[in-house]
Amino acid sequence: MLDSIVFVFENMPLLLKGALVAVEITVLSILLGMVVGLLVAILRLYGPKPIQKFMKLYEWVLRGLPILVILFIIYFGLPSVGLNIPAFISAVLGLGLRSSAYQAQIYRGAIQSIGVEQVEAGLSIGMNRTKTMLYVIVPQAIRLSLPGFTNEFTIVLKDSPLAYALGIAELLKQGRNIIVTSFKPFTIYLTCAIIYFLLFHFFYYLFRKIAEKYEVPGYIMSKKS
Amino acid sequence: MSLLQLKNIKKSFGSNQVLDGVSFDVTKGDVIVIIGPSGTGKSTLLRCVNMLNPPDSGNVIVDGTDLTQKGVNLSKERQKIGMVFQHFALFTHLRAIENVAIGIKKVRKMNEKEAHEKAMYELERVGLADHKDKYPAELSGGQKQRVGIARALAMDPLLMLFDEPTSALDPELIGEVLTVMKNLAEEGMTMLCVTHEMGFAKSVSNEIIFMEEGNIVEMGSPKKMFENPDHDRTQSFLHKISELYGGE
Repeated sequence: MLDSIVFVFENMPLLLKGALVAVEITVLSILLGMVVGLLVAILRLYGPKPIQKFMKLYEWVLRGLPILVILFIIYFGLPSVGLNIPAFISAVLGLGLRSSAYQAQIYRGAIQSIGVEQVEAGLSIGMNRTKTMLYVIVPQAIRLSLPGFTNEFTIVLKDSPLAYALGIAELLKQGRNIIVTSFKPFTIYLTCAIIYFLLFHFFYYLFRKIAEKYEVPGYIMSKKS
Repeated sequence: MSLLQLKNIKKSFGSNQVLDGVSFDVTKGDVIVIIGPSGTGKSTLLRCVNMLNPPDSGNVIVDGTDLTQKGVNLSKERQKIGMVFQHFALFTHLRAIENVAIGIKKVRKMNEKEAHEKAMYELERVGLADHKDKYPAELSGGQKQRVGIARALAMDPLLMLFDEPTSALDPELIGEVLTVMKNLAEEGMTMLCVTHEMGFAKSVSNEIIFMEEGNIVEMGSPKKMFENPDHDRTQSFLHKISELYGGE
């Protein structure tokens, strides 16, 4: 037992290095997913009809593919048409674009659930469309999106080990490297699991705190679930 | 000169002709009550005035500007026209005072301190200074509607539109909203109200417009409309509505 604990601590720097890579992949993917997702949501709501249709198709396709297939197409497939994308960027692209399809749905749902009367009220006091969007719709949409966004963040975090398949030295891969020389799979994988769980818990807690800070009566954002 | 002129306003939704050539003038200081059966286009008419639902044809001339013309800066013109909504439409993420202040801050670019003072003044006007820090979800219906009125007043409008301001309220909360409206009328505000509150129409308005099926059937002073209308239909409608909502 003591042996195992010492062994885990000896290998902790490597594992933490991997955990940092996992967090990097997650945060960058979520950010990419946020930018693209917002754009997709807005275009699907307010864009010209053909663009709306195209955005619907975009969401539909990305939601319909296994993430590993998306990653393999980007990393192993695209080089044959002359597009060589480094492994790390491929992972962020794959996870980020897939997330953008889900985030687009979260933002679209939030915007749609805000009544048209809110827009009319903004217009009636002399705001133009942009100001109404900025000061009336967006602040409410962010609040309404937060629970869904938190969930999506944790999903991307838990999917980040798939970057392993592209040879990226994230947490699981680091663990695997240690196992290859030490033959202690149970101890190491259990340690990986604990680190993932702690990361999950940390981000979940962080977003709940944010939700509580910006909670407004009438919106339920931080109810413990 | 008329503050508001409506000329031959027509509006349809699909094949449904909601307004069929409505015209009338509003002079500064007028308090006009529009009545009529539901589905006659009263609310649509109000929403034509501030172009939330632009008319298909006709002219909406506010303070000399025809809002139906291309190139008119609607956001600028709408500042002259306050609107109070049936379901309040308060900004749910903002406290009462911020609901009132946001227009002058973001549209008028008034600084924080001045906007706050102005918003406080408007909240005092509707009797809600004590509730300034509450969110809409923490206010009663009557309080929400008074915040809605204060929000519209903060822009210093020339004209106020009331779209059934009391019909979503519990009976005991109607009075506080009507009192605010009455005070406004006494201060000389020009008001165009769609309402079934016949007591208000009788005692506060100087003109009642009776609409049916997208047209004005009859308009005149409350005295004439209640006591001696030209049309039987006006009489029977007013009689019925007064029974329901109280005419005294």
